[in-house]
Amino acid sequence: MSFLSHLISGVSLGSIYAIIALGYTMVYGIAKMLNFAHGDVIMVGAYVCFFAVSRYAVPAIPAVLLAAAVCTLLGVFIERLAYKPLRSAPSLAVLITAIGVSYFLQNSAQLLWTSNPKVFRSVVGDGSIKLFDGRLSISVNAIVTVAACLVIMAALTWFTGRTKMGKAMRACSEDKDAAQLMGINVNATISMTFAIGSALAAVAGVLLCSAYPTLMPTTGSMPGIKAFTAAVFGGIGSIQGAMIGGVLLGVIEIFAKAYISTQLSDAIVFFVLIVVLLVRPAGLFGKRIQEKV
Amino acid sequence: MKRVVFFAVAAIMMLALTVCGAGSASAADVIKIGGTGPLTGGAAIYGQAARNGAQLAVEEINALGGVQFALNYQDDEHDAEKAVNAYNTLKDWGMQVSLGSVTSTPAVATSVENNADRIFAVTPSASAVAVTEGKNNVFQMCFADPNQGSASAQYIKDQKLGAKVAVIYKNDDVYSSGIFETFKVRAAKIGLKIVSVTTFTEDSQQDFSVQLADAKKNGADLIFLPMYYTPASLIFQQAKSTGYAPKYFGVDGMDGILSLEGFNTALAEGVMLLTPFNATAKDKRTAGFVAKYKAKHGEVPNQFAADGYDCVYAIHQAVKAGKVTAKMTAPAICDILVKQFTGMKFSGLTGDNMTWGKNGQVSKDPKGMVIKNGAYVGMN
Repeated sequence: MSFLSHLISGVSLGSIYAIIALGYTMVYGIAKMLNFAHGDVIMVGAYVCFFAVSRYAVPAIPAVLLAAAVCTLLGVFIERLAYKPLRSAPSLAVLITAIGVSYFLQNSAQLLWTSNPKVFRSVVGDGSIKLFDGRLSISVNAIVTVAACLVIMAALTWFTGRTKMGKAMRACSEDKDAAQLMGINVNATISMTFAIGSALAAVAGVLLCSAYPTLMPTTGSMPGIKAFTAAVFGGIGSIQGAMIGGVLLGVIEIFAKAYISTQLSDAIVFFVLIVVLLVRPAGLFGKRIQEKV
Repeated sequence: MKRVVFFAVAAIMMLALTVCGAGSASAADVIKIGGTGPLTGGAAIYGQAARNGAQLAVEEINALGGVQFALNYQDDEHDAEKAVNAYNTLKDWGMQVSLGSVTSTPAVATSVENNADRIFAVTPSASAVAVTEGKNNVFQMCFADPNQGSASAQYIKDQKLGAKVAVIYKNDDVYSSGIFETFKVRAAKIGLKIVSVTTFTEDSQQDFSVQLADAKKNGADLIFLPMYYTPASLIFQQAKSTGYAPKYFGVDGMDGILSLEGFNTALAEGVMLLTPFNATAKDKRTAGFVAKYKAKHGEVPNQFAADGYDCVYAIHQAVKAGKVTAKMTAPAICDILVKQFTGMKFSGLTGDNMTWGKNGQVSKDPKGMVIKNGAYVGMN
């Protein structure tokens, strides 16, 4: 029974990683850049939801939508201001800018909302379902998180596969110049990617803080890094990869804690990552692209 | 464009000058006190609280007339290397007395400098033993970690609070692991049974389901939590959602949990802790401090603020008794203050009749508190 309950914790933690990883992977797939500020957009989303619910008594669903709207604007704004001028710059410059944006967001949050942690009231309530005479309890949070993750993944797969905008995104991801020649507005497509990625970040932030309710300006940074790891693990650029990578990372983390050692859990997680990357350098679902000479 | 940059730089320099100027208004008769602490970053809550507390004490003392203090706090971001840089900035400013560093890891680094430069230091809250060890001019206002660990074990045993104890501690933090080590030693000596020991780190302080499952499986009826209140609040919430209701026993880092914004204080009902400071105490000194702090910073002061406040008042008492003047050099002041601190009794917010040993550790009584109806109540 404890195995099952660990598995559930792992899948629910992994689903949060997966939603964050989707944001990383989409932006990487299309703009070919690592948006390290993604974790901090999550934090902003969680703060917006927190203030909407606790200060202005907004009901849960409008609050989440509001957070998603604010993060979408923020994401597009960051892209326009910080990344667009660097479109043709070396990737190292973009990477460093992303790290700069990350610090900027963290420290602005600290100025605006102080470093005192706030406790986030779960948007879905803190009830739980008891099974097998109460020996196994599943929190409503975990169910909602896993469901949200599945819905988001299905929606994204449909969006990139079936819609015009989605096709434009895939085209940009394969060859930006060729896409432009075919009449695709590359800049608009990249902005759209940032908008979607940031809206997902808001949802991830709300779910993250519903499950683990401490909200601080640094709340997003560690889950952000773990989700980035998950994205690499699954094969960066692949939507299914981010999903599977996130869930696996969560499950490995919890199992390593439960059955091997709480002290070594992170070491084990990253050891598995190294092994996977040694065997499959492009990650579990990554495409191996042959460089044509 | 160049001109704009030039004016911007000039403006910043002017601002820096005025800030410095404010510190040394009447440079001749002001004793310069410096300290480092995390004013930004993840541990900023502790550094800001200690600074605000110390600042309040300085303002009160300066308003009395007599000895005048100037306080300068530099940011160390809870990083040892940056703390030493911050310390050097303070030395250039002319620091005569030091408040060390707020958190343990930076304090271990700056206390070495304090000792080498013979600048007297009393740290508000850096509780690791390594901070004071082998340095005869570095003192602590807070309990040293070992004292907290063994006092907690003794208290749990004496009051028969739990028969089977589980411990969850943060193994990449010298504060948490230091307390656990001495807790374990004392528990073994007095026959307190520890049935489950699990850990977490800075990077994994969100999910505690595994640690709680282990404690539950081993039948623990009390969980000892030597940690700060942020992870503790998650532990309470996660234990409740799995229907596990042990007793909890915390240390001074647990203080502050009730002022956590949005925290459901019902989760902390019955939590016991040993702490030197109680913001809800009714005595005149505490009530006055809390009211002033709230008016100025809009929040209830935590233990770090009280420690910072006490440090400045302890220095004030020693400065007056030792007839220290602002014209003395730092090493001369250091000799007088070391003599005063090891000989005096000090009563402040965090304890009555505190004394300091030659090793720099404070001796004061921890107060056993329990949370009832969302407030701390004395335990005995």
